[in-house]
Amino acid sequence: MLGQQIINGLMLGSVYAMVAVALTLSIGVLNFLNFSIPGLFMIAGMSTWALIHAGTPWPLAILAALAITTAVSLVVERFTWRWLRGAEHFVPLVSSMAFLLMFEHLAIAWWGSEMRVLPPLFAGTDWRIAGFVISLPQLAGLAVSLASIWGLSRLLKRTNLGRGLRTIAEDSDTALLLGIDVGRVVPIVFALAGLFAAIAGVLFALNYRQVQPFMGEAVGLKGISAMIVGGMGNTWGAIAGGLIIGIAEVLSVGYVGANFVDISVFGLLLLILFVRPTGLFAGLSAGRSGV
Amino acid sequence: MSGYLEGVLVLLAVNIVFAYGAFLPVAAGQLNLGLAGFGAIGAYASAFLSNAYGVTPILAIMLGGIAAGLIALVVAVPVLRTRGIYLALATFALGQIVQATLLNLEVVGGAAGYPVTAFIRLPTIALFAASVVVVVALLFATRFGIAVTAVHDDERVADLMGLDVRAFQIAAFTLGSIIAGIGGGLYAHHFSFIEAQYFNIGLSITVVLYVLLGGTQTVLGPLIGAGVFTLLPEILRGSANWRYVLFAAAVIVLMALRPQGLLTGEQIRRLLGLDRHGIGPSDAAREPAA
Repeated sequence: MLGQQIINGLMLGSVYAMVAVALTLSIGVLNFLNFSIPGLFMIAGMSTWALIHAGTPWPLAILAALAITTAVSLVVERFTWRWLRGAEHFVPLVSSMAFLLMFEHLAIAWWGSEMRVLPPLFAGTDWRIAGFVISLPQLAGLAVSLASIWGLSRLLKRTNLGRGLRTIAEDSDTALLLGIDVGRVVPIVFALAGLFAAIAGVLFALNYRQVQPFMGEAVGLKGISAMIVGGMGNTWGAIAGGLIIGIAEVLSVGYVGANFVDISVFGLLLLILFVRPTGLFAGLSAGRSGV
Repeated sequence: MSGYLEGVLVLLAVNIVFAYGAFLPVAAGQLNLGLAGFGAIGAYASAFLSNAYGVTPILAIMLGGIAAGLIALVVAVPVLRTRGIYLALATFALGQIVQATLLNLEVVGGAAGYPVTAFIRLPTIALFAASVVVVVALLFATRFGIAVTAVHDDERVADLMGLDVRAFQIAAFTLGSIIAGIGGGLYAHHFSFIEAQYFNIGLSITVVLYVLLGGTQTVLGPLIGAGVFTLLPEILRGSANWRYVLFAAAVIVLMALRPQGLLTGEQIRRLLGLDRHGIGPSDAAREPAA
């Protein structure tokens, strides 16, 4: 049974990891804690359901959900980071919280607040290996999240865009002096963060087959935890943090009880923030490793 | 007075108290996202005192505020080691821990919630809220207010000028938590029932939004922010969802166009004729460099 729990934990953890990557990208490059990401996660999940419910073929529904969410993330950019200069340092953070609130209540107005259930698209595709049940979306989910995070770290390391992003992470004024078009590059960070939140939302919808307007909050909190455990701004740390928290959660729900999970997870977080504010895996960062 | 109107006004008074709880740390440059946690400590502590020991509600509420302040004082030292985003995250984690702990504390009902037998009405609550506004306003008219503003504007310069930056930050954080605790106690003793789920991150965020919308440069900002954004949705009526959507849209637009909030210190000085030159330094000049 323990093996099955670990497999389930890995799947849940890969969703957390994707959300954590979205968050860590914002923090690493822009030093901006983007609270709209749980909202984007929800938009991806809910629109996947809505499109499939309306009769769209599932591959098309997935692509559309990813596109919608990425576009919404670009709207968020227009109204948050762009206004950072000359304001209190937490103005973009506050605006992104307002976006989360807005997305949730628009979703309720649009789709209602009840839990929506997706049809079982991949029924009968479960693999049974040595007594473990692995569903196709689970396996695909894990593969997709690992692949996209690998792709992101290649992008950050090898391409001109990645070099530009890392320069902005060091100092956005210097980046501007060096000829990096900051106003053009920053939306790409939001598009990427939106895309990662969207992949997480779609994977969640397909795997757990239940979506509702507040689905982003719990996952967002765990994503933030994963990001801190992994070290802010560190993409591989985010995936490690996500998997650790996913497995820890599934195991402790199974053996200790759900309420104590929150106390221990957030207690651990606070401890990490006190002792090592940049996270456990800091120092391997793609962007800003310490502030 | 109709029950509905009394309910709205009580909520307004409680929100004003919470807003001042959030204002004090913000005025010193700290974002406290764990405010709801301190509100919860005040609510539960005061409810427990009045339920189990028969303490009169007014005394219980004050003791609840002190309980929240004591816990804030203990955690302030390590929490305020962190800065900026890390501070926001640490206070956020703190609020989550308080909420999760209360959910597991069977002596105050755990997840089922905690009924409160003692009951206070609007006049008492309004008096509390008015006292909080007056006390904070008086506090900011003293050297404390100037020092806190200096710490907010530039920690390093404040330090160079010989201010004990840490002491003022801890004081602002602790005083804010005492006020939030009082707000929690007021809420508990009017609505007769509290549950840990009410004191969630959403409450912390909303209260911080009131403060930032009202403006952080003047002590009247939180009053205006909490007032406008508690009453406006009631006046607009409409469905509850659209209220939130409008509120969020107002926050986003206001933060983009007027990040200093509705009310600035400059406006107040001009209004009261305290600005000798008629035109003082622009708002932009008061903003810290990014």
